[in-house]
Amino acid sequence: MSLIEDLKSLKETAVKRINATEADIEALRVGLLGKKGELTLLLKGMKDVAPEDRKTVGEIGNDVRQKITTLLSEKKAAIEEQRLNEQLASETVDVTMPGSNHHVGQPHVLQQIIDEIEQHFLGLGFEVIDDIVDSPEVETDEYNFERENLPKDHPARDMQDTFYITPEILLRTQTSPVQSRSLEKHDFSKGPLKMIAPGKVYRRDTDDATHSHQFHQVEGMVVGENITMADLKGTLLSIMQELFGEKHQIRMRPSYFPFTEPSVEVDVSWNEVTPDMKPEDIQWIEVLGAGMTHPNVLRMDGIDPEKYSAFAFGLGPDRFAMLKYGVDDIRQFYLNDVRFLSQFNRKGN
Amino acid sequence: MKISLKWLNQFLSENISLDEKTVNDLAEKVERTSVEVDSVSTLAKKQDGLVVAKVCSIVAHPDSDHMVITQLDIGQKELVQVVTGAPNVAEGQLVILAKVGAHILDAATGKLVELKVANLRGQESFGMLVALQEIGFDNKIAPKDFEAGIFVFDEQDGMQVGEDALEVLGMNEPVIDTDLTPNRADMLSMIGTAYEFGAMLNLSVLLPEFDLAEYEKETKDQITLDIQDKDLTSKYAVRVINNVSVTDSPLWLQKILWNAGMRPINNIVDITNYMMLMYGQPLHAFDLDKLHSHKIIVRRAKNSETLTTLDGQKRDLRANEDIVVATDDEALMLAGVMGGVSSEVDSNTKNIVIESAIFNASLIRATARRHNIHSEASARFERGINRDNTFVALDHAAQLADEVAHGQISHGMVVAVDEPYETKKQKLSIRRVNKILGTALSEKEISDIFAKLNFQYTVSKDVFEVVLPARRPDLSIEADLIEEIARLYGYDNLPMTLPYGPTTPGKLTTTQRQIRASRRIMESLGMNQAISYVLTTPEKAKQFAENAIDEVVSLDYPMSSDRTTVRQNLLAGLLEDVSYNVSHSVHNIALYEQGRIFISNNKESLPTEIEHIAGVLTGTLQTSTWQTSKMAQPVDFYDIKGIVDSYLEQIGVANVTYRATTRHDNMHPGQTADVYSDNTYLGFVGQIHPKLTKSQKLPAIFGFELNLFTVLSATNHSTEYKVVSRFPQISRDVALLVNNQITHEDIIEVIQNYAGDKLFEVKLFDVYVGDKLPAGKKSLAYNLVFQDENTTLVESEINVAFNRVLQALVSEIKAEIR
Repeated sequence: MSLIEDLKSLKETAVKRINATEADIEALRVGLLGKKGELTLLLKGMKDVAPEDRKTVGEIGNDVRQKITTLLSEKKAAIEEQRLNEQLASETVDVTMPGSNHHVGQPHVLQQIIDEIEQHFLGLGFEVIDDIVDSPEVETDEYNFERENLPKDHPARDMQDTFYITPEILLRTQTSPVQSRSLEKHDFSKGPLKMIAPGKVYRRDTDDATHSHQFHQVEGMVVGENITMADLKGTLLSIMQELFGEKHQIRMRPSYFPFTEPSVEVDVSWNEVTPDMKPEDIQWIEVLGAGMTHPNVLRMDGIDPEKYSAFAFGLGPDRFAMLKYGVDDIRQFYLNDVRFLSQFNRKGN
Repeated sequence: MKISLKWLNQFLSENISLDEKTVNDLAEKVERTSVEVDSVSTLAKKQDGLVVAKVCSIVAHPDSDHMVITQLDIGQKELVQVVTGAPNVAEGQLVILAKVGAHILDAATGKLVELKVANLRGQESFGMLVALQEIGFDNKIAPKDFEAGIFVFDEQDGMQVGEDALEVLGMNEPVIDTDLTPNRADMLSMIGTAYEFGAMLNLSVLLPEFDLAEYEKETKDQITLDIQDKDLTSKYAVRVINNVSVTDSPLWLQKILWNAGMRPINNIVDITNYMMLMYGQPLHAFDLDKLHSHKIIVRRAKNSETLTTLDGQKRDLRANEDIVVATDDEALMLAGVMGGVSSEVDSNTKNIVIESAIFNASLIRATARRHNIHSEASARFERGINRDNTFVALDHAAQLADEVAHGQISHGMVVAVDEPYETKKQKLSIRRVNKILGTALSEKEISDIFAKLNFQYTVSKDVFEVVLPARRPDLSIEADLIEEIARLYGYDNLPMTLPYGPTTPGKLTTTQRQIRASRRIMESLGMNQAISYVLTTPEKAKQFAENAIDEVVSLDYPMSSDRTTVRQNLLAGLLEDVSYNVSHSVHNIALYEQGRIFISNNKESLPTEIEHIAGVLTGTLQTSTWQTSKMAQPVDFYDIKGIVDSYLEQIGVANVTYRATTRHDNMHPGQTADVYSDNTYLGFVGQIHPKLTKSQKLPAIFGFELNLFTVLSATNHSTEYKVVSRFPQISRDVALLVNNQITHEDIIEVIQNYAGDKLFEVKLFDVYVGDKLPAGKKSLAYNLVFQDENTTLVESEINVAFNRVLQALVSEIKAEIR
């Protein structure tokens, strides 16, 4: 039975040799398990084992082979892992150094506000009118003023100092003329007219921190058979909450515009309004003008004011951006200082 | 308009309490119901410690030649010693003493300061005698009499020594300053304001009462009137008051004026202003004896006529436009705007003519604008006058000239014009009110509102008929009445709903989507969106414009020389942006702009507006600041071209070609290309001409400008899906030596023509120009990739194709294969 003992002793020495620190695993594999390996050589002695013992010896032989094989592969894996670890350790970088710069361009902050307004109103089923035909930046006096119920000597023309090109052609002072141009074309058999008109407008002003001869407006108008001032209030609350946050409230105050009657000035709460808040603790800031479209305006656009009613409002993206981000100089919007522009990252707002 | 609530109370059935809380609540209510409030204040502005004092004695200051030592009686046992430098101080005067411990406004800082015992050259002073300007009066409202010294009371006004001077001067009266919209002409008067506040507070209005005592002397014997053009005035009347004594007004009248922000002048002028504030009807008083003829004419100004107005300015009148009140030989005043010096009422005036009229609002407005005189009178005439009060105010003024200036009112009013006017009525149904407002107001609720507003009305079958009062010229149509109901019902009480009815799709047109996509593509290419000024100089407007002959759109009356002309290109504006950035030490810039350019057609029609998209690059597009292998070179032509190329590919423009051009004056002649899609010209790309950038010390700038409309019309909307081939690719490289004038495009064309249909792509991967090559030659290396969609390619087949390409390159463009 010396073969069994030889096998057991081989197993012991093999384990020791494999586990040795400096072991050459590949050489050991060949030396033990190879064609001329120690185990192979020992098992050649099987032929001399008595037939009744062969099964036992065979099992022991298999066990030893199994053990050595497993141990070898484990050891090999361990060594490989160690090598990899050493390599990875040598590849360590300083993760705090700056990453490569992939410059992402951004929409202008005013564009972002306009986009936000546009998205909101598209969701409410509004059209956006901003093409050169229905929303020209160079307008006629007729559409800019007269069709807005501002005849030539109307006192309220003082409120809007105008860049004239000829006595009849001017840079539009408001996006309101888009209303008339849209109304003229609208087919009421297809439902009410619901539109917004974003765009540039111009006033004959000296540029300073709060005045700009060029700024933006988003005109809004709904014309239909059952349009009410309550609808105006609800619509304005929805856009203000979109822009300033859902906990903000609006209030309407009487005002005067020649193209609306009733006319209101709309304030939005600067702070968030909670149900337990006292009225005097709400700070209001004026953000826009609105009203029920004046019957004269509807009539001039060929709409019967007895049948249809309408509301209109004018939003000021420049003012919203100033309020929202605390920009204290409107000229910043038109200088295109990269350090200014790149602060307004699109955040999915 | 500055509304003193104490004065307003005279016109209300119940007094408004004047405590701070009530006044602030009222102002808030005014804002929500009526008009904006500019401020709520008092002239006192929290000052205190001011008393009426009598100057008992004056002695010279031993160590000063301009100061004196006064002893003052302030109604207490002991006199108060005060040292003053006031030149007008005199014994027996009643003056204002700011006592030790008083708080008065420091004119420079606007803050309250506490007065302490002062030692003035060895003499103690227990307080200070003050001028009105030293206790917060604006120079514009303080009476001129005391301009150079302290204020002195008129004893006849009945104040007592020791009384609170702020109270005596009316400086504690709360004043609400309303900021009126142009429609609210009615609120430019106390009576109109009383109706408005009364409606809010549910109080009724008390109109002023007075008794007129006329003398026998006839007005018509002293003055005649001649209205030369009936368009000028719809009501015109005068009264004459004889033997007036022109003095300072009594204190009660002065208080009313300065609380309204007006300066007391003299009793006659003050009466006219007082009546204007009360009724909203401007009046004017002439010195009858200064008129060269006793005929007053209302006419249009004549050619080269001049007039010196009360502000001392000699004005050239606009013939046939300005309205003047005149005698036979001279213009007396700019009607409804400002009086003239020649007939001014002064302290020697004895007989006066008071005019009350309604002038043509448009003409007054034009005159006020033309001469830049926006007076209290013109503001009222422009907005509209209550025609019912024109003659009442005149009578009331006459009565006051009697009471205050002891004049004798001549018999009768001379009326030149009194156009009849039909009272207007407006119908309004309850259904209509609720339909417009989205409310469910009852007849009772609406009636209550009309009653509060003091409107006369009848109701029948749910329809109101409302008499539109003369005091409200802003009311003329149904919508005006609906507004009255809405604001008094309270906008806070309106429900909030969204429009209902047939649904409409909220969607953008194809062009709108493409323009928005264009912006997004630019941004994904690393460009920041810029929005520049549309107005610029004539040179910049045309700087990169497509056609030199296109006329620009120019302003008729620009505000400044750098904003006179509407742009014809976007690049010039972007260059300004680059220049701003570079001068602020920002050197790496990638900006684009999408906006309109404008081409004039003719003077009578609107210009053509065209959407453009343009961009600029300068500096580096560096990806790392510290990894040397990634540090980028300064941007060049191929960077900007790459942006144009990627953009056009993304937006769907096919067959894009770049043609070298020297036709753009402000672009680098060797680094500029016109961009085409097939034969459609889209715009250009290249380096901005160094002559522009160098003069401004700018680095090399690369830019492009495309006509967005032609770009969008060249797009192909359909996307054709091709199966991505799963068969292997075969790659071949070739290096060519060619003449310099052979372009990349020439080579690509040959390769594409001869490589056969298995050619998948061609890439330029090396360019060499330099000493090692023969003169006039360059070396280019290309990588050709072959692939078939349906099968594995056979090497030999590709070798044939590749050799065919090589031969063609040699034969067609004389390339030398290296």
